This record gives sequence, structure tokens and C-alpha cells, in this order.
Amino acid sequence: MILVCPTTALPPGEAIRVEADEPIAVFNVDGEFYAIDDTCTHQDASLADGWLDGCAVECPLHASCFDLRTGKVSGPPAKTPVRTHRVVVADGMVYVRPGVAAEGAA
Amino acid sequence: MSPTIAVVGASLAGLSAARALRDQSYDGRIVVIGDEVHAPYDRPPLSKDFLAGRASSDDIALGAPDDEDLHLEWRLGTTAVGLDHLSRSVLLEDGSEVRADGVVLATGARARRLPGSDGLDGVHVLRSLDDAIVLREDLALAERLVVIGAGFIGAEVASTARTLGLDVTVVETQPVPLAGPLGTDMGAVCAGLHADHGTRLLVGTGVAGLVGTGRVEAVELTDGTRLPADVVVVGIGATPNVEWLAHSGVALGNGVLTDVRGATNVPGVVAVGDCAATWSVAAERHVRTEHWTSALEQPATAAATLLGTGGPVPTPVPYFWSDQYGARIQFAGSRREGDVARVVEGSCADRSFLVVYERDGHPVAVLGMDQPRLFTRWRRQLRSVVPTPS
Ligand SMILES: Cc1cc2nc3c(=O)[nH]c(=O)nc-3n(C[C@H](O)[C@H](O)[C@H](O)COP(=O)(O)OP(=O)(O)OC[C@H]3O[C@@H](n4cnc5c(N)ncnc54)[C@H](O)[C@@H]3O)c2cc1C
Ligand SMILES: NC(=O)c1ccc[n+]([C@@H]2O[C@H](COP(=O)([O-])OP(=O)(O)OC[C@H]3O[C@@H](n4cnc5c(N)ncnc54)[C@H](O)[C@@H]3O)[C@@H](O)[C@H]2O)c1
Ligand code: FES
Repeated sequence: MILVCPTTALPPGEAIRVEADEPIAVFNVDGEFYAIDDTCTHQDASLADGWLDGCAVECPLHASCFDLRTGKVSGPPAKTPVRTHRVVVADGMVYVRPGVAAEGAA
Repeated sequence: MSPTIAVVGASLAGLSAARALRDQSYDGRIVVIGDEVHAPYDRPPLSKDFLAGRASSDDIALGAPDDEDLHLEWRLGTTAVGLDHLSRSVLLEDGSEVRADGVVLATGARARRLPGSDGLDGVHVLRSLDDAIVLREDLALAERLVVIGAGFIGAEVASTARTLGLDVTVVETQPVPLAGPLGTDMGAVCAGLHADHGTRLLVGTGVAGLVGTGRVEAVELTDGTRLPADVVVVGIGATPNVEWLAHSGVALGNGVLTDVRGATNVPGVVAVGDCAATWSVAAERHVRTEHWTSALEQPATAAATLLGTGGPVPTPVPYFWSDQYGARIQFAGSRREGDVARVVEGSCADRSFLVVYERDGHPVAVLGMDQPRLFTRWRRQLRSVVPTPS
């Protein structure tokens, strides 16, 4: 597991990039935490820099949308989904398990 | 018989139009006519990762797996040569025609060429996949590149060529590159990237001619200087592909003239993307926006126009990006001469900054260099402001 940050450091509507083998983006959507691959599958942009709209993030470069719960593309030009990663919140800290898909994600 | 819509131009705007028509529940025939033999592909990588050899032609395909569900009739490798506005037929070069109830004009633009450069090997323009393939092959064998024009093509090709290890000189007629889109101050800041990365930039200099027999050997400037060159790339702007509409009755200016919703003066004919000069409420004139995001977004409005479903008047905030020497430049909004550029984050010297352009104290445009997160927030804010004619 990777320690991301204290929950207080990632308020609702914010995102943070975590360095892993492949960088991971962690989001806080109204108190729920989600983690997906940080690099957009279209070209080269960091999704942690994107725009959060409900449970979707819009890529900052060409506006592809990804569903944070499933990693699926909800808007072009991206064609391939991003991977999701499981988030664990314990004792006020946010952790991710890289490579372990989020619960409920395909 | 089911209705037919003909889409002319099989690139980003044309494909987006076909997708938008289906999204909006049009279930008649869609015939897509494109003069290139390739299926639609993305042009921005042609000067960036594709030219650098980091992306393949598969990587830059625009088609998506579920595009089969669109049921499009493709006519690739087919040039449209005319439009009969009475029967709304698109005339093809082989003499046949496609009769249609609606027509989407999406023929884009082509690279301007330097007069007198025809037939000389080693001289390139960059617009199509085929252009990029031959340029890439030529660059692999070259040592010295001269780029004519320090616009987007010029800056991006120079940057890519530096990563390939070439010696690069860029020649620009204007005193400051990119002053049109970015203003003089910010144009100068972005142009500073050339020197940072070992590219020579010569400004305020015209090209007298190209030297060489068979193959280019040098570029001669108006002051007599000769710049030796193994390869020359000409990036001096683009011209809309609208000549084929000359006798169609469709009103033309710098592109196909349309209203805010993409409608031309001919009923049932709309225009989108680089070939369209669309009425801008903010600018109070027709504007031909030659950027990827317009070609992606305009078709949804134009499709609704064609299908007669209307919808709200779009208030687009133009957006483009450019990747140069590893720096990501992003711009959104409508800048005019006289707007005041203010650095709100970072510094120009560090090549990481966010600049807001203000008019009468209100933000009208935003420019970021390597500030994607902050840029996205500002771009959003601009989108929520309704533009007023001024
Ligand atoms: C090298 C390069 C890099 C770029 N980088 C960026 C970038 O980083 N950011 C950005 O915002 N924009 C960029 N652009 C601009 C962007 O690619 C264009 O705005 C976009 O491609 C416009 O799409 P379009 O479909 O309107 O026109 P086009 O892409 O020009 O497509 C028009 C199509 O119609 C075809 N056609 C023309 N005439 C006919 C005819 N008579 N019959 C049939 N077919 C016809 C053409 O061959 C072409 O296939 C770049 C462009 C180039 C060339
Ligand atoms: N990142 C992007 O947005 C991007 C990248 C590449 C291409 N494009 C698009 O591709 C098209 C072509 O790009 P471009 O860079 O060729 O056009 P441009 O209009 O951006 O730049 C052309 C440049 O060439 C200069 N010029 C004109 N004639 C000249 C001459 N005889 N000698 C020297 N300089 C001369 C102009 O002053 C200008 O600076 C445009 O539609 C552009 O928007 C966009
Ligand atoms: S890099 Fe994300 S949409 Fe293009």
C-alpha cells in the first residue's frame, strides 16, 4: 500500500498525483475517495490536473472524460479505459493499493 | 427512401459530425467523402510524437471500436469537385454524384506553399500523414534543418527536430513570432524557448528564395544571407479548402461563411472545422478557428442545425495547446490588441506561468505554460462567462 496523504490534505473536489510504477491520481468526490491511473490513455496528460465533474474527470488537454468508479471512457477522444486502484482510508490517512482494482470496477 | 446526409471531408470535423448526427438520433444514410486514402487520423501528433517516431499511424487513428455502430458509408480516396445547391448533390471527381438531403462541409485547410519551391527535393510542408511520413524519413538522414515560419508548425517541427539531434534555424518575417494569437509580450516569451534549446531564431527576415538544383542546398534570405540546409520545412500558414465550392452558390469569404450555428446561406448545408468561417458574437465578425477543439465541438451544433432541432446559441471559448521543447502551452479565450496580460502564477523566466489577459478589468483569455491544473480552472471560469459584443 502507498500512503497518499491525510484525508484533511485532500478536500472534496481536489486531486493529488502519487508516484508509483505508473503514477496514480487520487480524487475526493464529496468525501468518497477514488484512484485511477494518472496518465490519460489518449496522449500525455496528468488526470490529477483535470476537472472533476461529479464522478468523472475531464482530461486537461483534450477533454476526454473518465468515470472514476470504473475507469471507463465517458467522453472521447480517449478510446481505452484507465485502471482503477483500491483506496483504503484508515486513521485519517488515505492509502492506495496499486494494481488492485477498486471494488465494483470492471 | 431514407434520407441521406453527405459529409465532405473525412477528418476530425467530418467524423465528429457523423458521430453527432447519430448521437442526435438521425438514422438515415450518412456518406462520408474524403480525398485522403487513410481513415480519419489525428493531425496534432504529426508535428510532435509521430514526427519524433514516438507514435505510430495506429496510435493516431481517430476511429473508435464502436464506430461500426455508426453505419457510415465511406468514400475514401474520393475528391468532391462541386456542389449543386438546387439538388444538394455532391459531385465527385469520377463524374458520379451523391444526392443528399443535407450536406456537412468539413474539407479543412491545406498548407500554404512557398512560391518557387515546387519540384525541389528536401522541401516540405506538413499537413497530412503522407507529408509527415516523408518528412520523418528525410529528417532521419539530415543534419541541418531550416524552418520557414515561426508559427505553430514551425515551432513544433523545430522542437521535434532538436530532439532528433538536428541543427535547426527558424526564419520568421514578423518581428515577434505568435504575436497574433498571444500578443507581442507573450509571443516573445514563448519564442524564447527556441534559444533555450539551441535553435537559432531569425526574426524580421524574409526569404528571397531556395538554392539548389534537384535538391535544396540552402535558403537565401532577403538580406543576402545563405543558410545551408539539408531539409527545409515551410510552415507559413494554411488556406481553407473551399475552391471546389466556387460555383455552388455557397457564400465564401476566408472559408465557408456560416452563422453561429454552422448554417451556410444555402438551406440544408452546414460547415464545420478549419474550412468554416463561423460568425462570432464576441468578435462581431466571421472567424475561422483553425484549432482541434473547434473541429471537435462545432459539429454537434451544426448537426442540430441540419436536423432542425436548434438548441441554445453556442458560446464557445476557443482553446488550443501546443507542445514545444517539452513545455506545454495552453491558451483559451479571445485576445485582442490592447488587452493587458498579467502574470498570476509562476514567472516567464522560469518557463512556468499562468497569464490572464484582461479587458476593462475583466478576464477575456488565459495562457499557461506548464500550468495545466491552474489553466483548466481559468478556462472553466471563462466558459461560464457569457461573452458580450464589444
Ligand atoms: C501538423 C499539425 C499539428 C497540429 N497541432 C495542433 C495542436 O497541437 N493543437 C490544436 O489545437 N490544433 C492543432 N492542429 C490543427 C488541427 O489539426 C486542425 O484544426 C484540425 O485538423 C481541423 O480539422 P478539420 O477536420 O476541420 O480539417 P482537416 O483536418 O484539414 O481535414 C479536412 C479533410 O478534408 C479533406 N478534403 C479537402 N478537400 C476535399 C475535397 N474536395 N473532397 C474530399 N475531401 C477533401 C482533406 O484532405 C482532409 O482529409 C494541427 C494541425 C497540423 C497540420
Ligand atoms: N498547436 C497548434 O495549435 C498547431 C500546431 C501546428 C499547426 N497548427 C495549425 O496548422 C496550420 C498551419 O500552421 P502554421 O504554423 O503554418 O501557421 P501560422 O499561421 O500559425 O504561422 C505561420 C507563420 O509563418 C510566418 N510567415 C508567413 N509567411 C512567411 C514567409 N514567407 N517567410 C517567413 N515566415 C513567414 C507568419 O508570420 C507566421 O508566424 C494552422 O491552421 C495552425 O493553427 C496548429
Ligand atoms: S491527453 Fe487526455 S484527452 Fe488527450
